[in-house]
Amino acid sequence: MTETGGWPGGHPPTAPSGGPPPSVTSDRQPILQLRAISKHFGAVEALSGVDFDVYPSEVVALVGDNGAGKSTLVKTIAGINIPDSGEIWFEGQHVAIHGPRDPAALGISTVYQDLALCDNLDVVANLYLGREEVEPPVLLLSEERMEQRAREVLKSLDVKIPNPRNPIAALSGGQRQSVAVARSVMWKAKVVLLDEPTAALGVQQTKQVLELILRLRNQGLGVVVISHNLANVFEVADRIVVLRLGKRVGTYERKAASEERIVAAITGAEFGKFQPQV
Amino acid sequence: MSAAGAPSAPTGPPVVSNLQSLWRRVSQGDVGSLPVIAGLVLIWLVFYSLNPLFLSPRNLTNLVSQIADIGIVSVGIVLVLLLGEIDLSVGSVYGLASAVMAVLSVQYGWSAAPAIVAGLLVGTAIGTFQGFFFTRFRIPSFVVTLAGLLTWFGAQLHVMGEKGTINLDDPTIVQLAGQFFPPSVGWTLAVIAVVVLATDLFIRRRRRAAAGLPQAGLAGDLVKLGAVVAVILGATAIMASDEGVPLSLLILLGFVVGFDLITTRTKFGRHIFAVGGNAEAARRAGISVNGIRIAVFALCGTLAAAGGIMGASRLLAVNYNSGTGDTLLNAIAGAVIGGTSLFGGRGTVWSALTGALVIGSINNGLALLSAASDVKFMVTGGVLLAAVTIDAVARQGRQRAGV
Repeated sequence: MTETGGWPGGHPPTAPSGGPPPSVTSDRQPILQLRAISKHFGAVEALSGVDFDVYPSEVVALVGDNGAGKSTLVKTIAGINIPDSGEIWFEGQHVAIHGPRDPAALGISTVYQDLALCDNLDVVANLYLGREEVEPPVLLLSEERMEQRAREVLKSLDVKIPNPRNPIAALSGGQRQSVAVARSVMWKAKVVLLDEPTAALGVQQTKQVLELILRLRNQGLGVVVISHNLANVFEVADRIVVLRLGKRVGTYERKAASEERIVAAITGAEFGKFQPQV
Repeated sequence: MSAAGAPSAPTGPPVVSNLQSLWRRVSQGDVGSLPVIAGLVLIWLVFYSLNPLFLSPRNLTNLVSQIADIGIVSVGIVLVLLLGEIDLSVGSVYGLASAVMAVLSVQYGWSAAPAIVAGLLVGTAIGTFQGFFFTRFRIPSFVVTLAGLLTWFGAQLHVMGEKGTINLDDPTIVQLAGQFFPPSVGWTLAVIAVVVLATDLFIRRRRRAAAGLPQAGLAGDLVKLGAVVAVILGATAIMASDEGVPLSLLILLGFVVGFDLITTRTKFGRHIFAVGGNAEAARRAGISVNGIRIAVFALCGTLAAAGGIMGASRLLAVNYNSGTGDTLLNAIAGAVIGGTSLFGGRGTVWSALTGALVIGSINNGLALLSAASDVKFMVTGGVLLAAVTIDAVARQGRQRAGV
């Protein structure tokens, strides 16, 4: 990551390069701003000139049909795709993201659909995977310290795991998703990206995960949720950003939007007096 | 946070909740070392009923010195299996390392220590080389090490040259497997082991209490400790009543305990389990997956060499056949019989010891009954099949429980 300085003149650009639409929550500072992000894969234009904002303490849903560019956009933020053009600003600083380590260092973490948990290890070991704490003199693992902190984190997020010493293999799908989310936020995350967090879950487990998303928001994080499930999106999202064919076609306040209008934006169909609330 | 916040409030007296958690673990496919211990008891009872000499102190002492070499090789196999990989070259590495040591000691007149270290380093170098090929070119480990099996056996024949057999005469090398400690030394070591185990349990309980973490039932912990102490003291008493405690057993136990500590209580060990459980997750967590893999193959090669040196010391010679035949198969079978999963990420270094005891008991017991190799191979094969079946069934149980 390289910081190339603050906003010119100390103020974030409200309308840089082509002029993004004024944000509907412009009374607050976005924590993450993407400006005019474009990305080509060969002849395919996966993203063209996309602006995207995330504010602290809000849930932004990113919706769109298959191939709309949702995953490409998330991978751009996660440092897996490097955009061809466009700027990324984080906490008012222009940042360059060259690889997956850069967003992690900024406090942006991503939970992919596969969760990246080790089924054979217990919950504590998974929360600390790659960051295990050891006792200085003999370098044995500090199991007690790690378990103590793990229990605190799970408790603060109200994640109910019968025993954090149980292996992941013994947990339900919702519990696994919750562990993956807890791991992504326990290392000073400010923005967390969740890729289809409820895709494979039953009704009860979906509810657990949606509640967890709301708790993250209430703790001040910016949460980006990619989902196909509009019912879930309407349950948790504050804002809904619709992508179609690599372009942002609309941003909606959840309270002012209807499911029909979102579907119309996703598919590009006409809908009544359709006017995107940009 | 206080223990009251712990969700795992015991539902009954500690012993009951221990039994419940044991049952839960078994039904979810985490069978641990229970089947192998049950199997070992059964095998011992069968052989005892056929020939009471089987459980005599002399024979049991023989048994533990016979398994030292295979047990040490098996420790390396457990590490590789934990990664979800395999090393088919350990038999040839066993033979080549012992040949190198023997040639240096006998033909070049090297003293024991450098000759042994040279043998060990041959194993380390081979393991590193194979680990490098496996990770760099992404060739499946069983193919890389199958090539190794052939190559290093050829190297063993080359190193030995014209001589079909090299007899070892260096007193230190011979002592590795031939030395027996008097009962006083055995009892001292046994008492030290018991004190260390009890202290470790006490310290861990105190640390958990200090951290406000829920404790396992004290009764359950004490029962487990008592069982281990009984085995230590019982084994010491048996060996003390005959020749004493063999050095080879202490060397085997040293490797097992040392690598058990490394795998269960260090960062490196945790990363081995992580790579074996989900390599992609480990990679994304910033673990150097290929570094772990190369290190484990290097350790496996070193341990195979150590086993070869122990085997040479026991037979007082190295020949063309050292490390061939059933060395490789027994080492792998032992690890699997002991309960280490072939599918990666699940198992314990102790399975090297328990598995070697099972295989050693079958070989030893059938020899006492004057059974020939035909029966030995068939019985060992049957036990191996039973062990992998238990592993596979347990894995299905885990998948059912994991939904």
